[in-house]
Amino acid sequence: MPKAMLIDTSKCIGCRACQVACKQWHDLPAEHTEQRGTYENPPELSASTWTRVLFFEDYGEWLFRKHQCMHCAEASCVKVCPTGAAHKEGPFTIIDQEWCIGCGYCVEACPFGAVHREPPRGTARKCVFCIDRVTNGLKPACATACPTGAIQFGERGDLIAYAHRRVAELVASGYSQARLYGEKELGGLAQMYILTKPPSEVGLPEEPQVATSTVLAQWLGGIITAGAMAALPFWLLFRRRRELLEEEKHSKLGGRND
Amino acid sequence: MELSRRDFLKLSGLGAGALLFYRPFDRETALAKTLKRAPLHKKVGEKTTICPYCGVGCGAIVAVEGGKVVNIEGDPDHPINRGSLCPKGMSLSSVANNKRRMTKVLYRAPGATVWEEKTWDWAIEQIARKIKQTRDSNWIERDAEGREVNRVEAIASLGSVFPNNEEAYLMSKLQRALGLVWIENEARICVSSAVAANTATFGRGPMTNSWIDLGNSDCIMVIGGNAAETFPNAFKWIMKAKEKGAKLIHVDPRFTRTSAKADIYLRIRTGTDVALVNGMIKYVLDDMERNPEKYNMEYLREYTDASFLVDPRFEFKDGLFSGYDSAKRAYDKSTWKYQLDEKGKPKMDKSLQDPQCVFQLLKKHFSRYDVDTVCKITGASKDVFLKACQTFAATGAKGRAGAIVLSSGACEYTHGTQNVRAYGILQLLLGNIGIAGGGINGVAGAANGLGCSLQGRLFHWFPGALPTPQANQQTLDEYAKTGALRSRMVSLLKAWYGDNATSANDYGYKWLPKRGGVHSFVLLCDAMHEGKIKGLICWGMNPAVSAPHSGRVQEALGKLDWLVVIDLWETETAAFWKRPGVDPRGIKTEVFLLPAASSLEKEGSVCSSARWLQWRYKAIDPPGEAKADLWIITKLALKLKELYSKEGGPNAEAITKLTWDYGDPPDVHRVAREINGYDLKTGKLLSSLTLLKADGTTSSGNWIFCGSYTEEGNLAARRDPSPGPFNIGLYPRWAWVWPLNRRIWYNRASVDLNGNPWDPRRPVIKWDPLSKKWLGDSPDGGAPPIAYGGGYPFIMKKPHGRACLFASELADGPLPEHYETWESPVKNLMSSQQSNPVLKLWEASPKGTVDKYPIQATTFRLVEHMHTGSFTRNLPWLVELQPEMFVEISQELAAEKGIRSGDKIVVESARGKIVAVALVTKRLRPFSINGRLIHQVAMPWSWGYKGLSKGSSANFLTPCVADANTGIPEFRSFLCDIRKA
Repeated sequence: MPKAMLIDTSKCIGCRACQVACKQWHDLPAEHTEQRGTYENPPELSASTWTRVLFFEDYGEWLFRKHQCMHCAEASCVKVCPTGAAHKEGPFTIIDQEWCIGCGYCVEACPFGAVHREPPRGTARKCVFCIDRVTNGLKPACATACPTGAIQFGERGDLIAYAHRRVAELVASGYSQARLYGEKELGGLAQMYILTKPPSEVGLPEEPQVATSTVLAQWLGGIITAGAMAALPFWLLFRRRRELLEEEKHSKLGGRND
Repeated sequence: MELSRRDFLKLSGLGAGALLFYRPFDRETALAKTLKRAPLHKKVGEKTTICPYCGVGCGAIVAVEGGKVVNIEGDPDHPINRGSLCPKGMSLSSVANNKRRMTKVLYRAPGATVWEEKTWDWAIEQIARKIKQTRDSNWIERDAEGREVNRVEAIASLGSVFPNNEEAYLMSKLQRALGLVWIENEARICVSSAVAANTATFGRGPMTNSWIDLGNSDCIMVIGGNAAETFPNAFKWIMKAKEKGAKLIHVDPRFTRTSAKADIYLRIRTGTDVALVNGMIKYVLDDMERNPEKYNMEYLREYTDASFLVDPRFEFKDGLFSGYDSAKRAYDKSTWKYQLDEKGKPKMDKSLQDPQCVFQLLKKHFSRYDVDTVCKITGASKDVFLKACQTFAATGAKGRAGAIVLSSGACEYTHGTQNVRAYGILQLLLGNIGIAGGGINGVAGAANGLGCSLQGRLFHWFPGALPTPQANQQTLDEYAKTGALRSRMVSLLKAWYGDNATSANDYGYKWLPKRGGVHSFVLLCDAMHEGKIKGLICWGMNPAVSAPHSGRVQEALGKLDWLVVIDLWETETAAFWKRPGVDPRGIKTEVFLLPAASSLEKEGSVCSSARWLQWRYKAIDPPGEAKADLWIITKLALKLKELYSKEGGPNAEAITKLTWDYGDPPDVHRVAREINGYDLKTGKLLSSLTLLKADGTTSSGNWIFCGSYTEEGNLAARRDPSPGPFNIGLYPRWAWVWPLNRRIWYNRASVDLNGNPWDPRRPVIKWDPLSKKWLGDSPDGGAPPIAYGGGYPFIMKKPHGRACLFASELADGPLPEHYETWESPVKNLMSSQQSNPVLKLWEASPKGTVDKYPIQATTFRLVEHMHTGSFTRNLPWLVELQPEMFVEISQELAAEKGIRSGDKIVVESARGKIVAVALVTKRLRPFSINGRLIHQVAMPWSWGYKGLSKGSSANFLTPCVADANTGIPEFRSFLCDIRKA
């Protein structure tokens, strides 16, 4: 049975414990931000912000939606990745930092804007579903932190069954537009939502599409694997990357988040 | 408690899940790589701790690798938070790993422009010398009337609400022994009015129920608070109640993250809670007359003073209660009394018809608060107001429960006490006190605000909230001749002076300072400004940001000879001498900044708002040379004892005879045991406060916590996860709750006269006639039910045992009455008394007028920052979330002033002006008050001129004016004007 998360926007209080939990578990640095006339910060996902809560305001209404990689079953990033760095591990979409060459196709292809790369490393980074926690029997960091139970983690089937009951309750209590998002979209998302508004009103595509550039990716992949000439510089590149990773690991232990 | 990862997995019940999880996927998903079990890239859990921020008291587990904290997350076994934390709690690891922490003793010489690094030995010696010199040369042995008072008014102490109980206790022990009377903490300016109100209504000040108990409620009204932001993990229980069908009402001037989840959002103008709740009370009284079957009339008749007859001379006219003296701006309260019979008991009319009975007086008083008047004053929409009344009043039926959740937004007004009084009256009329899912909740706001206050960190309290001895109480007999108070004070003196306290020397009572007046926070700031206070010790408090009219307090700090700040950070208070716009060379104050340990770096107990005493363990050493408060206070105490032994001084015995044998370094368990107390004949720890004696054979540093650390062990450290009797979430063997492990206060009101629960689905206690015992929670008063000849449920309300709808002990009236705030844009519609006729004001605080400052402003807190922000503005992950000081303004006002979101704007009040970023929002809207458009702006008060994120302080604008009962300042309403910068 695949695992998944269900984000119930009707229970979210926008406290953003999830944002901090993600940064703490993955040792991600704080970004410099500004007060831009909203509580929402940072303004975008990035290589060092893998999840963030979006705030939607209207008279008598303030909606919060946690955003991150949706871990699509039919993942565009996987389809366009020339090196196979972006791949599925069970229900989760993972970008192998060892194999990522930072080409950026996945960044462009993601229908949710969830993949980002930033200097100096240049590799594509995003939510990894806390795969180390999850495979060790822990809940993902964000789901653990959530005070109100707005982020639930569990068996996908159980979550869907619960979600249908919850949506019916919400409809009955006056949220006529309540719905489950992610059950079927892109072959099924491992990050699903209970929404009280149409997806487009909380920053989600109504009908997300898989990137169609698979052919391009295959073509690029062909080039890469074809020539022996191409292999050498990549091998060097990866070796250098490993060194950088080692260095970074070291510096993290030294002075994280100072 | 130490948790290995294995234990942790086992405890969290996820271990089994992990094994099931690790297996190949279905064929359909086999295209994907098989999910491999990757090693955790860092540890989870090891030591348990309690979050240092708000008063919910969430548990957390701390993982340390290589001497560094690598991860902190919620304790999955903790019954309150069950693994979750708010963003502040989640960023705790960045308190431990933070280059901005103070790691060296810093000293700033008079007129110096920079800090110098010093050693601890040097600092302790210097500070002890300063204290001794200032104390001895300003010693007051006798007051003007010749009474021995043994006090010093030239040294003050501020803070705190964050140290552990054992530390706060030792601070009080040393400072009272030194003769200090200016001892105050943050609770004074945060929630003191709620404590006064609840004490007047029910007999005790703090929160009545528990956070978990909110999950039992049918309707929760958050008023004067923003639970989603100030108590996020309490919201877990509000959401659980909502899942079961409960309704959430939020009453607030701003649409906040709490409003976002409310079923009913009732918008009111800041400072009009009394008018609103009085209107609700009128709604209930009217409905009660028409539909008495919808209410628990028996509760009202038997458990409250509704039937008591009031002195016929009592009257209320044009905003004034009888006995007002306009020259003194005070009341003579002699007519605010019940009529007593020949036995001294209140006369009653149980039919509730006598025109002088409290019930009839309520009807008369509240009849003036009709819907139209209420909506005209508050700006509330009539429909929404009526819907809120109807929804909350529905909890008045037997078997229904309604809870009120408040925080400092209810308290910080010149009528703050009366706000909370109104909530109390409403709850009594609805029979919502003492029952599961009811109560008045959320009173204390900081992690150990309640604990520290109960350890005597307020001027009027000794440890155990014993009243501070006064000049007219020259002997122990004059302080308390008999009774519980005497045995508690004698036991305290035995804890402090050991064998030196004997019946022959009145147990050392003579050595204690006797206060001669009021020494509350705002007065303290005034005395400092006038140069009367020479030395200030500041334990983690940050008055340069938290005081009203804070610019004046920043000036006042410059009039001190010396200032000692004990903190984790270089706070605005510590760095006041180099604040923007001043020349440090002109400031003569010597400043010592002592680096303190965080909650993760020491061991001890903390007391949550819900009175849970919980134990924290040390996870790591403090950074650099930082030290725990326990160590710092011990070093100071031992040095002072040495100086006074060698050199003597006035009332030196008060210090030299003081016991201080906690070891070196001090052992927190020895302090905890001293607080609990001993049977001195057997040397055994006491198991209950009922064992305390007045004959010197028992000791107890704080009677309230007696029974928390017994021969059974340290009960605050208990971790039994069983929910306990009746499955209502009492968790009786998780931690320990004062007093006597009683989880829901006034629970004797949750049963009828025979001891049967009003609500059989959610009983708190129940009388078992066979065993003749109470089952369930620890009963609030052990007597049998009333029908069996027992007592009444509000045992602190002596002698009658009834909760008080009519309160005779408050300074500003026995019933809540609406007055406008000190600065207000409108006239009071209820009477010719514009503002509270007995409010306290200080002439130094200029008053703004509506022609110059037409906008009504309020201040608020954010989930991402704690209080003055001295902690959280140094934590990068939180600064990322809320990076800058801002002001919320409505679209209408923004359009009028040509302001766009993100613009820098100037906010100006009669006290000064600040610059901040404008946040134009639909969540704030102007009010139409009595035909006039009243604009309102709101700003957080968590910024100052130090830290990773710097910004203007809202309190630079707030006035120095306060409630007459407790001196709580009016932070939540003032007049201002705004313009584009």
